[in-house]
Amino acid sequence: MDKQTPLVEMKNMGISFGGVHAVDDVSVDLYPGEVVGLLGHNGAGKSTLIKMLSGAYQGTGDIYVNGEKVEIHNPRDARKHNIETIYQTLALADNLDAAANLFLGRELMTPAGTLDDDAMEAETRKIMGRLNPNFQKFSSPVSALSGGQRQSVAIARAVYFNARILIMDEPTAALGPQETQMVAELIQQLKAEGIGIFLIDHDVHAVLELCDRASVMKNGKLVGTVNIPDVTDDDLLSMIILGKKPGEKAAG
Amino acid sequence: MQNNAKNFFSKLGLDTRLLGMIGALVVLWIVFDVITGGRFLTPRNLFNLSVQTASVAVMATGMVFVIVTRNIDLSVGSMLGFIGMVVAALQVQVLPDMLGLGNPMIWIIGVLAAISLGAMLGAFQGWIIGYLTVPAFIVTLGGFLVYRGAMWWVTEGQTQAPLDATFRLLGGGAEGTLGVTLSWAFGVISAVAAVALMLMSRRRKAGHGFTVKPIWAEGILMGLAAGLILCFVWVMNSYPIAKGAMKRIAKADGIELTEGMVWYHGVAIPVVILLVVTVGMTIVASRTRFGRYVYATGGNPEAAELSGINTRLLTVKIFALMGALTGIASIIASARLNAVDVGLGTLDELRVIAAAVIGGTALSGGFGTIYGAVIGALIMQSLQSGMASVGVDAPLQSIVVGIVLVFAVWIDIVYRRRTGQ
Repeated sequence: MDKQTPLVEMKNMGISFGGVHAVDDVSVDLYPGEVVGLLGHNGAGKSTLIKMLSGAYQGTGDIYVNGEKVEIHNPRDARKHNIETIYQTLALADNLDAAANLFLGRELMTPAGTLDDDAMEAETRKIMGRLNPNFQKFSSPVSALSGGQRQSVAIARAVYFNARILIMDEPTAALGPQETQMVAELIQQLKAEGIGIFLIDHDVHAVLELCDRASVMKNGKLVGTVNIPDVTDDDLLSMIILGKKPGEKAAG
Repeated sequence: MQNNAKNFFSKLGLDTRLLGMIGALVVLWIVFDVITGGRFLTPRNLFNLSVQTASVAVMATGMVFVIVTRNIDLSVGSMLGFIGMVVAALQVQVLPDMLGLGNPMIWIIGVLAAISLGAMLGAFQGWIIGYLTVPAFIVTLGGFLVYRGAMWWVTEGQTQAPLDATFRLLGGGAEGTLGVTLSWAFGVISAVAAVALMLMSRRRKAGHGFTVKPIWAEGILMGLAAGLILCFVWVMNSYPIAKGAMKRIAKADGIELTEGMVWYHGVAIPVVILLVVTVGMTIVASRTRFGRYVYATGGNPEAAELSGINTRLLTVKIFALMGALTGIASIIASARLNAVDVGLGTLDELRVIAAAVIGGTALSGGFGTIYGAVIGALIMQSLQSGMASVGVDAPLQSIVVGIVLVFAVWIDIVYRRRTGQ
């Protein structure tokens, strides 16, 4: 795996808000077809770190995509590099329908320069047919959808635009067991297509089940990155809570 | 029976809110007509109603975008007055000296000046709101005071009159109409366009394999749309021009008047302006990126920003548009009165906000339609004109309008809760 060029490398990332180092000199990377978990308490800095990759925040440090240094100043830049984000809040406009949300900021237009709502709905029907065949509410505002349906709209938005790098912020936090299973299957499917996924979560078991590697953060700093097959849930918990790598623990 | 009716309306695919508003308007008209003994639903009164509604309704279409994005604009009444005063002073004091009295460029310059001044003032307010992040309520409250004061300084409080003869046509009146023939042409073209648009949309949807309304439902809607347009033209074309005005027009056009000759008004020019603005704003709201972003930002500002929408610039554009529409409304209002005094536009901001809100625009953002705001303005104006013609005292009129406003918003909240929006 090390011979390959990483899809993304974030080197020495840092950002502070009002004197507090929310992220302090953190480096992580992600390879094609890999799921890397980002673990940590609330406020550990994992969401902030990832928002620098998705263009919502600007901090210090270097970002490399496919080995090339890139500048990401806003969400549009991130999308240009095929980095798609599924936010914890899903970032859906509740008053608009699924198609309008899916294409928000990247609308399909008619030759006359007006919105092509019918084409957008047709495309939405296609992709939803693949991701969530039970989905039928195409003309209702997304506020009328269930948690899982909303989640599938948010995922469809990322997948439709050929994401190479997918960021998922607690994708199963608001879901029931069945819907969680659906998301897990979807992650396997995306992995198989060679997409790299950053999975932010504070549920250790979800990470153990879904991820290949995990990077743990505490108080804005990186505790360490481990291969999932090499660690137990207790190892991860002690990294999260005590900020100690498994090796250190054995030595101390 | 109730289920049948429900099924019928759902097949038609008409918005229940739209039906409710039209229902309220019809009830209002019938009640006033009965109380006044048939003096309300006359061509004459309906013509006046349409002209009186135009100025507020034009602004209400812009206020929809402002309120949908969770902002408010309290400055439109004062801004209307200020723009009106500047443009009137231009027509009365500046341009005639430069170009000569009655020069055809005067009204064109006046119109362009009004719209561009409004757009600039609006853009400036929008910049303060979007980029300096001062709340819209405060910025436009400031504007409300500034423009009213500035209006006085333009002419040191002097009323400006009379306005340019061509400019005056934009405010309606006996001369300011399309006349019978043009009105019919306008009506037929509008009706054909409406039917054609509905057919095209249906074909496009069917082309994508979506389910479309049954053909009979589509037919009823087309008939209704065309019928309403032509009916309106017919009513406007049945309002005769008074003898005095006829003599004036005949003299101006060099026509010999004979005994028993009757001319009719037709559709007033400000109403044509309102219809063009309404259609234009509806297209902007539903068919353009800008409109889509307005609603997305209103529904979830954070999501809009994360989707790469520049919400600050969007705020500037929305307020600039509001300003430009205020400029158009100012043209209509000043032309109708053929004079501008320092009171022009007083309290209009509240009428405009009330029209948008009665028309179903939610102050919490994200929801609101252009046609709703226009019907809202028509309801407000009908209420006021109706009460005036019944002989209700002015203070009581205010009380009733105030109560109706609160009641209408409460109904809207109940409706939203029921339909789960």
